[in-house]
Amino acid sequence: MIGLEHYLTVAATLFVIGIFGLFLNRKNVIILLMSIELMLLAVNINLVAFSSFLGDLVGQVFTLFVLTVAAAEAAIGLAILVCFFRNRGTIAVEDVNVMKG
Amino acid sequence: MIQADLNVILPEIVLAVFAMLALLGAVYTVKDALASALVWATAGLMALLAVWIASATGGTQVAFGGMFIDDGFARFAKVAILLSAAAVLLMSQDYMHRRGLLRFEYPLLVALAAVGMMMMVSAGDLMALYMGLELQSLSLYVVAALRRDSVKSTEAGLKYFVLGALSSGLLLYGASLTYGYAGTTLFTGIVQTAQHGEVSLGLLFGLIFLISGLAFKVSAVPFHMWTPDVYEGSPTPVTAFFATAPKVAAMALFARLLHDAFGGAVADWQQVLVLLSVLSMFLGGIAAIGQRNIKRLMAFSSIAHMGYALIGLAAGTEMGVKAMLMYLAIYLTMNIGTFAFILMMERDGQPVTEIDALRQYSRREPGKALAVLILMFSLAGVPPMLGFFAKFGVWQAGVDAGLTGLVVASAVASVIGAFYYLRIVFYMYFGDETEEVLETNGSPVLWVALMGSAALMLVGVAYQFGVEGAAAAAAATLVN
Repeated sequence: MIGLEHYLTVAATLFVIGIFGLFLNRKNVIILLMSIELMLLAVNINLVAFSSFLGDLVGQVFTLFVLTVAAAEAAIGLAILVCFFRNRGTIAVEDVNVMKG
Repeated sequence: MIQADLNVILPEIVLAVFAMLALLGAVYTVKDALASALVWATAGLMALLAVWIASATGGTQVAFGGMFIDDGFARFAKVAILLSAAAVLLMSQDYMHRRGLLRFEYPLLVALAAVGMMMMVSAGDLMALYMGLELQSLSLYVVAALRRDSVKSTEAGLKYFVLGALSSGLLLYGASLTYGYAGTTLFTGIVQTAQHGEVSLGLLFGLIFLISGLAFKVSAVPFHMWTPDVYEGSPTPVTAFFATAPKVAAMALFARLLHDAFGGAVADWQQVLVLLSVLSMFLGGIAAIGQRNIKRLMAFSSIAHMGYALIGLAAGTEMGVKAMLMYLAIYLTMNIGTFAFILMMERDGQPVTEIDALRQYSRREPGKALAVLILMFSLAGVPPMLGFFAKFGVWQAGVDAGLTGLVVASAVASVIGAFYYLRIVFYMYFGDETEEVLETNGSPVLWVALMGSAALMLVGVAYQFGVEGAAAAAAATLVN
């Protein structure tokens, strides 16, 4: 029998993979965008699982909002990335370093 | 029923509809030729809405089943947000026009960000909180990268985007856990679960994730690493905007969430806030010492100031919230004046951001140098200026709430922090002679902003224009 905790474990694992992807990735910025998407989708699994086990629809409504915002966020992220690529000619993470910090 | 709900959010609807119609209108007509007119129109509309919201006397109104709350606290924050956004828009017009940056999207993105901030401070539900926050953040990512042909500006936009998205992810994970363990996303529902007995472990995890997400937005240490780079890379008017309205909105949202949703668990979040506050004050004070770029310096200054404002929130009392609101109002005024001066700084038509350029400035422009001196003293918290009373207010609230250690630490941090503000004053009055002359012939709007905010730092001590009473009333509606 698959219970709530199984879903929460999967979601937490995906979320942590997403965070590690953000911090450990040294290759390119597209992978950062994928990691962010992974984090948001992990949250969606959480919300749907809770919604189902609580017998309450609000969680699924929340999921729809998150999906919509995630799409908008990806669009803006890619647009900024394209601008950056035009100026810098690279999207490697280690080259995002004109300013120190 | 729906009519009553719509009436409550009418100011937000007006601003959002204006932004969307203006966007359509500008795209299908003359585009950037409309930009100046749109800046004035947007700033005018924001000022009108601020007057309208300030004159609304109704008590607490709730719309959409508790998702949207319009109370005194929200109105105070909204007036501060709208007025500072309008002031920054007017200040940026001349600067952006001369550098060919004035596109019609700029005032409209600021307007949409302001709608998001107004949603944030009125949120009564985790969904409303998230949607408001994202509307604000998505607009801000774009304005950070407004100068499309500059590496620095696009890099600032990219860094802001990646770290902002990470913080939204943390916040959202916290929201999902809170929803799961409280069984509802409404603040009124969460506060009941959090009140009865112990807070469950799941809810505590949710609270911690929510706090870390919001700490990113107020740039509290250890979630501050985006701030200096974004402040340095963005065009200066955009930096001025980042340092003012979004900070107020995020702090107000912080207060709203902690008091409305977790008001029964003060002990659980107090320690976290104390930690954030101490780290922010010390890092903001120490890391700024090595900075030669005034925009980076203001970034560390805003980190430190958010640390002081967090003392008021950490107190967890009505007095603390009042002190925090007063702190934010004074912080806004000081920052608008300081950024008006930074926007003026140029040499041969090129903007200058090095503090070395200020050497011997008082010889050439004694009036403006005096105004900057007053603002720097006020930012440092030197007694006769208003900035000291802002700090005094949060210290008083902190001591009353039994956080004496935090208050002592904050006094030490403010002495350390005073060093770099005073260094600017030292350069202006006693610095070495320089060959390169700094020009500060800004537009009349900038002059008014600089002189007005410096004058307020002096006058405000005696006469507070009713802000203190409004802040007290606002705090009373939030904490009960």
